Amino acid sequence: MISMKYQGFTFEKLKIASFDFTCCEGCQLQLANRESSLLDFLELLDIRNFRELSTEKNNDYDIALIEGSLSREDEVERLQAIRRQAKTLIAFGTCACFGGVNSLKNKFPLQESVAEVYPGMQIDTMPVRKISDVVKVDLSIPGCPVNKEEVERIMVHLATGSLITLPNYPVCFECKAQLNTCMFELGEICLGPITRGGCNAVCTSGKTPCLGCRGPSEEINMPAFIELVTERKLSPDDLQEKMAFYNAFEEFCDHEA
Amino acid sequence: MIYKVIAKSEFKRFTDALLRDNTSFGPRQVDTDSRGTAVYQFLPVSSSDDVAFDYTATASSAKHFFLPFREELSRFTFNDQEWDQQITYEANPIVLIGLRACDISALNILDDVLLNGHFPSPYYLAKRKNTFVIGIDHLPLPDCFCKSMSHHTISTGFNVFCSDIGEDYYLSINSSKAFNFLKEFETRDPHDDDNCRLVERRKIISNSFLSEVDVTALPSILDIEFDSPVWEKWGNKCLNCGTCAMVCPTCYCYSVEESFDTDLKGASRQKKLYSCNLVDFAEVAGGHNFRPKNGDRLKYRYYHQHRGFAENANQQICVGCNRCGRACLAGINPKDVINDLRMEKESCLTNISSSPDRI
Repeated sequence: MISMKYQGFTFEKLKIASFDFTCCEGCQLQLANRESSLLDFLELLDIRNFRELSTEKNNDYDIALIEGSLSREDEVERLQAIRRQAKTLIAFGTCACFGGVNSLKNKFPLQESVAEVYPGMQIDTMPVRKISDVVKVDLSIPGCPVNKEEVERIMVHLATGSLITLPNYPVCFECKAQLNTCMFELGEICLGPITRGGCNAVCTSGKTPCLGCRGPSEEINMPAFIELVTERKLSPDDLQEKMAFYNAFEEFCDHEA
Repeated sequence: MIYKVIAKSEFKRFTDALLRDNTSFGPRQVDTDSRGTAVYQFLPVSSSDDVAFDYTATASSAKHFFLPFREELSRFTFNDQEWDQQITYEANPIVLIGLRACDISALNILDDVLLNGHFPSPYYLAKRKNTFVIGIDHLPLPDCFCKSMSHHTISTGFNVFCSDIGEDYYLSINSSKAFNFLKEFETRDPHDDDNCRLVERRKIISNSFLSEVDVTALPSILDIEFDSPVWEKWGNKCLNCGTCAMVCPTCYCYSVEESFDTDLKGASRQKKLYSCNLVDFAEVAGGHNFRPKNGDRLKYRYYHQHRGFAENANQQICVGCNRCGRACLAGINPKDVINDLRMEKESCLTNISSSPDRI
């Protein structure tokens, strides 16, 4: 048994596997970033299957990181098999948690999308679904890409058996700590007030409005948010487009628009 | 207090020397908003040319130089069965130039809460004592209401305060450190004429306030209006984003988090400024939330700001800078909320007799 000693307790390394579905694999690649603590991070893990970091191909994992959304029937079967093995299944990244950018396809008739992207080819495809549409998800780590610092913290909590939480507050809270000028003051619609924080306001710090990759924060006040966009005479179409970008606000979107 | 007058050109030499040789922060323009208004923040400066002396107000206060948004309180190191805790209160000396009277008042209020209470904060003390504060007076913005809170003038809490009297600054020197620095530069004792110009300047500032908030007996009105529908009305607008508390010069509430290092050989205890408007501010272990509604959370922010808590002797801690009102995307601001509460109170007065009956 590979283990670590601390204070008389024994922690087992996390037997982990990582799988990619319809995605760019950018979230998995994040796991190899933040080099200063990379070796310590890998010490926490017993990597059983993770094609970006290891040549191991074992199927005796406890934790499965699922990156990407589902856009083919065979992906559904593959995911169900992973679910049967994993004790903890983690939706890893915005595509897995909400469908992500891939979901934009769902706005068009399926065959129209195929004809546009793969003209004249036979493509096996289906409307994009998030992971929790198909299997039970035990934990979600949102972000496009995920924040490695947050992933590290969560893995430490998994290893030590501590409570795992994500920030409940919106991006604005962290944006103010960066002393950024509010994107609304600069005349832009920004999803910061309704999007879960934890990203350290990385986009708005670069003067790019938040597109909500981390999904809704707890108890968002949608009527107040829509009123703020209306009162400032900003475009309702722009609002709908931004909210639809990652499909993270599906339940709040105006489907008529 | 010692009063001196310094020519603005000589003041520039003084600040150049000070800002060049010290880690310094002052107001700088960071953006122009969509209405064409300049946006300022306290940022690093290394010469007087970097400082926007004609700035209006910074979007965020100077609070975070004393209460950082995130601060490590202690570190823990584990070794076999034992552990060590390391605590340091070190703060490098800094210069803060360009604070307004209300900003300095805010520091005095934080001193009351964090230094003069039963449990003085060594973290705050280290930063406060190592900060050289240069205040500069200014004409109020249309929505400033610090005069209503009696924080538009200031007599303590700074090293030197500069009043703009035309060609010169009228200096109020409040520390031996500032006095000794200034010995190297050409200053003079104020003449009658300078005193007149100072009084005139103060009068102009005092008469320039366009916003007024009636805060008479506000603590008791807040007590009486605990169940007022006004809280729900304004609470329904609240986005729960905590922006108000972040930009506020006196909101000092915080949360504490402890986290293992990734190598599991150590841990860190961190303090993070928090806001009573965030949904989980009053959530406790087991998941119960004492303030589940926006209106309740907003109410307690106003209670803390305008009624005060025991730790600061039930004094109002709002200084009237209206940063929260300017930053709130939902348009919630102290002036409108307090006026609404007063209206609520006064609307019932028509139904009672003008004087009580004799017993």
